[in-house]
Amino acid sequence: MKQILEFEKPIVNLKEKIAELKKFTGESDIDLSEEITTLEKRLADLEDDIYGNLKPWQRVQMARHQERPTTLDYIAELFTDFLEFHGDRNFGDDEAIVSGIAYYKGVPVTVIGHQRGKNTKENIRRNFGMPHPEGYRKALRHMKQADKFNRPIICFIDTKGADPGKESEERGQSEAIARNLMEMAGLKVPIVCIVIGEGGSGGALALGVGDLIFMLENSTYSVISPEGAAALLWKDSGLAQKAAESMKITAPDLFELGIIDEIIAEPKGGAHRNIKQQAENIDKVIEKSLVELNKLSVDELLEKRWEKYKQIGDYKEH
Amino acid sequence: MLKDLFNKKKKYASIPSEQSKVDIPEGLMKKCDNCYKIFYRKEMNNNLNVCPNCGHHHQLNAWERIDSLFDKDTFVEWDKGMITSNPLDFPGYEEKMENDRKKTGLNEGVVSGKGFLNGQETAFAVMDSRFRMGSMGSVMGEKIARAVENARKESLPFIIFTASGGARMQEGVLSLMQMSKTSVAIKRFSDAGGLMISVMTHPTTGGVSASFASLGDYNFAEPGALIGFAGRRIIEQTTREKLPDDFQTAEFLFKHGQLDQVIHRHDLKNVLGTLLKMHQKGGNPE
Repeated sequence: MKQILEFEKPIVNLKEKIAELKKFTGESDIDLSEEITTLEKRLADLEDDIYGNLKPWQRVQMARHQERPTTLDYIAELFTDFLEFHGDRNFGDDEAIVSGIAYYKGVPVTVIGHQRGKNTKENIRRNFGMPHPEGYRKALRHMKQADKFNRPIICFIDTKGADPGKESEERGQSEAIARNLMEMAGLKVPIVCIVIGEGGSGGALALGVGDLIFMLENSTYSVISPEGAAALLWKDSGLAQKAAESMKITAPDLFELGIIDEIIAEPKGGAHRNIKQQAENIDKVIEKSLVELNKLSVDELLEKRWEKYKQIGDYKEH
Repeated sequence: MLKDLFNKKKKYASIPSEQSKVDIPEGLMKKCDNCYKIFYRKEMNNNLNVCPNCGHHHQLNAWERIDSLFDKDTFVEWDKGMITSNPLDFPGYEEKMENDRKKTGLNEGVVSGKGFLNGQETAFAVMDSRFRMGSMGSVMGEKIARAVENARKESLPFIIFTASGGARMQEGVLSLMQMSKTSVAIKRFSDAGGLMISVMTHPTTGGVSASFASLGDYNFAEPGALIGFAGRRIIEQTTREKLPDDFQTAEFLFKHGQLDQVIHRHDLKNVLGTLLKMHQKGGNPE
């Protein structure tokens, strides 16, 4: 069963109507092709109108869409010979993060990403893509390896946030995230980060301190979920829609705020409509990024990374 | 008599008379938040806001903290005039900030600068939870990143006292990005050989605990301080786990290997002084 979002219903209704007419034409002698053409034209306009003007809350729904492609979907499309490696060498393996090495156009790269499940069973195994500390420590272990063997790092960001639980606190969730932020700052290899779904708070950022940061058109990046923000600010999680608008969490918002480098376009109706097309769009960006970043010396790379983060923020001085 | 063993149940509630309320001037006395014993405010203040009866550590504001640690008149403040620009045009934000400025006399929830502690110079940032719960927005991130940079350039150690509820909602993703900004600054400082000490005070949670608060070469906390990543209520709601009473306290973190020491406020100046000394010129006593 395909998940249909509320705002997509007019499109689905119209599509059904067209299908009905087509079926009717096939079964009877009456020629309705003129009507069908008119309706198809109207459908195209309607799709352009709805998908071309998505509101922040609608983008949130797109980013959370059940069928939205995950890290492993993109790895399959973009890389070859992917070898996944496991474990943080201290506590365990966290399947909310996948991590390993692969070829990207003949060059070995380290690939790391949050991994959601596509069904309940897989989601339980992967903790709904919410990593525990050992997930971040596994990621860091692989980043350090990338640094040692001079491999670029590609990170896919897609999480509601880091796991909020008793054991995560006991094992130092804060420290694990903080350590990644700090260590990523010093890695001597190019880091390219792509937000493919939800970029939820510190749990997303812990894979996000890159040289270049991109967001898919309908992904979000925020300090807290819209529901959480509404509960905190107005004591009413029902105001999530309002929070989504005020908090500036969409790709165009982040581009305007100067935090991300570029928005990666999605196929009409979202990434899940055409994974191959989406992967191609991502591919172009990765290729361009690596060419650009490989030109820099290590000193230049680190200096640029510092400059990038130094300028984020807005304040007045007296 | 047997019945003497049992407390008599009071048949009426005692309400302080109007007279007794009038007799005690406002702010003369302070009740301990933990044992509820009442002390003269002055007695509590002289004890660095630690309860003389049960040892409960009440919060210190930024200037009380600075006065309690720095040698007299050696503190130089940095970036005092920096204030928020309300980058997301968040409704009501500027009014809230103005109220807190009036209430605290501060421009932000952090005071940064340098000074001498037990005769040794160090850079310093101290957060004040009275100001918007010590939440981190652009100004706080910038002030801390600059303080760390100044420490690097002047080859000074850097000590941070954290007290924060986490990210500042009204600055949205910009406040999130202050976590990476400060962490990148700390990495540069650390790579240059800089010594960073983090002292977590009540409360240190969310984005602050998941960035600079956890990045000291030495991580300390004050007794009883609440320290954690996710809020207790959120954890209870999402996991339905029963949480221990000491969950997310300094002692809980210490037990789980997350802290170097839990230090009583009375000992803090000496521990920090000794630590600074041990890191000077290879740590050799002269």
